[in-house]
Amino acid sequence: MRLILPLSITFITGMIMVLHFFVPHQPIKLLGDNLQEWYMIVASAAIFLGALNLMHVHFRKIKLKLKNWKYSPVTIIGFSVMFVTGLIYGVTEARPFDFLFMNMVAPMASTMFSLLAFFVASAAFRAFRASNWRATLLLTSAFIVMLGQVPIGAMIWDKIPLAKVWLMTIPNTAGQRAVMIGAAMGVVSTSLRMIFGIERSYLGGTD
Amino acid sequence: MNWEILGIWLGAMLTLCLYSFLYRDNPFYKFAEHLFVGMSAGYWVIYSIENVLKPNWWQQMFPEDGGFNWIWIIPGIFALFMLARIIPKIAGLSRMALGMIIGAGAGVNMVGFFQTNAMAQVKGTIISVSSGGAWDIISNIILVVGVITGLVYFFFSKAHTGIVGKTANVGITILMVAFGASFGYTIMARISLLIGRCQFLIFDWIPTIPRLLGIGG
Repeated sequence: MRLILPLSITFITGMIMVLHFFVPHQPIKLLGDNLQEWYMIVASAAIFLGALNLMHVHFRKIKLKLKNWKYSPVTIIGFSVMFVTGLIYGVTEARPFDFLFMNMVAPMASTMFSLLAFFVASAAFRAFRASNWRATLLLTSAFIVMLGQVPIGAMIWDKIPLAKVWLMTIPNTAGQRAVMIGAAMGVVSTSLRMIFGIERSYLGGTD
Repeated sequence: MNWEILGIWLGAMLTLCLYSFLYRDNPFYKFAEHLFVGMSAGYWVIYSIENVLKPNWWQQMFPEDGGFNWIWIIPGIFALFMLARIIPKIAGLSRMALGMIIGAGAGVNMVGFFQTNAMAQVKGTIISVSSGGAWDIISNIILVVGVITGLVYFFFSKAHTGIVGKTANVGITILMVAFGASFGYTIMARISLLIGRCQFLIFDWIPTIPRLLGIGG
């Protein structure tokens, strides 16, 4: 039962969603529409689970005085402040939750992502050594796109922005299309394996 | 207290704390990093309450015109099953919720991805290579050949030898140009975020310092 029941639920819900796409009539339509909303509700419970797990990890770190435990209260307080202000004051504009988001979460998120500029640049410096002609091609393509994005590119040669547009619309589109079509085939086959219970690693363990 | 200045200072201090990592790992960075993790988690929990649970579950179960839709108890039970994972004795119940998410997700994605990522891309590639000027013809040929050879490269059921190997080699070349272009574009997106943060510090934060010290306007 521990295995049959979850696999049956996967099969039934998966088949309803597939049928919902091809048969837009009752009762499949009603079942499919409701299931899409149920899916979002249960998936949002996974966010709760993640938050609870985060709190559990940090309380445990404090309790056992593990490495860097002194920073764990910061995470707990940060979570609690956002959670409580969101619950009490709501999420509308010009409320405390909005203030915290706009002045703390959003700046930290952009700073974190902008930090990646430094790491990506240093990684590129090491990885993109023109060791063979294909690596040189990759390096040249990246360099042209980067130059084409900024005014100095056009100042060096007015055709660089055009070359950037061509690279993005022709070879990049071709490559991305090949990747997307390949990935879509992978998604279809993996989804079928999951719906029919062949792929069951998501249930954990090997039973 | 001026809330606008407080907000600017909070943002600036946290930005500087995070950028201090460029020197090396330090307590200021660790503080901001832990705060970011906690606040982000809190934000997403509230986001899912306000944007998913309230409109898609609570208001469906208890409609504004009164009454009670019992059918909406079912997703609530599945959601509780998901949370059961934190209690070891009943953690097995979370498999039901996982089964439902995986099944519905697989069903939606299977047809969705096939339609948008496979069929739409194939349709977009079926173009007239002979239309337009010479440059357009060359570009269209590169596009079509690039997609086909790229797909051959990703086809691993046949050994990449002979004609298949040669076609796959053309595919790798196109993919390298594509990855290079994507990489360059990603770096520039990150650089624009960096410029945004620097502009915030220079044009928003620094002008508040004389105001706080009572110097100038």
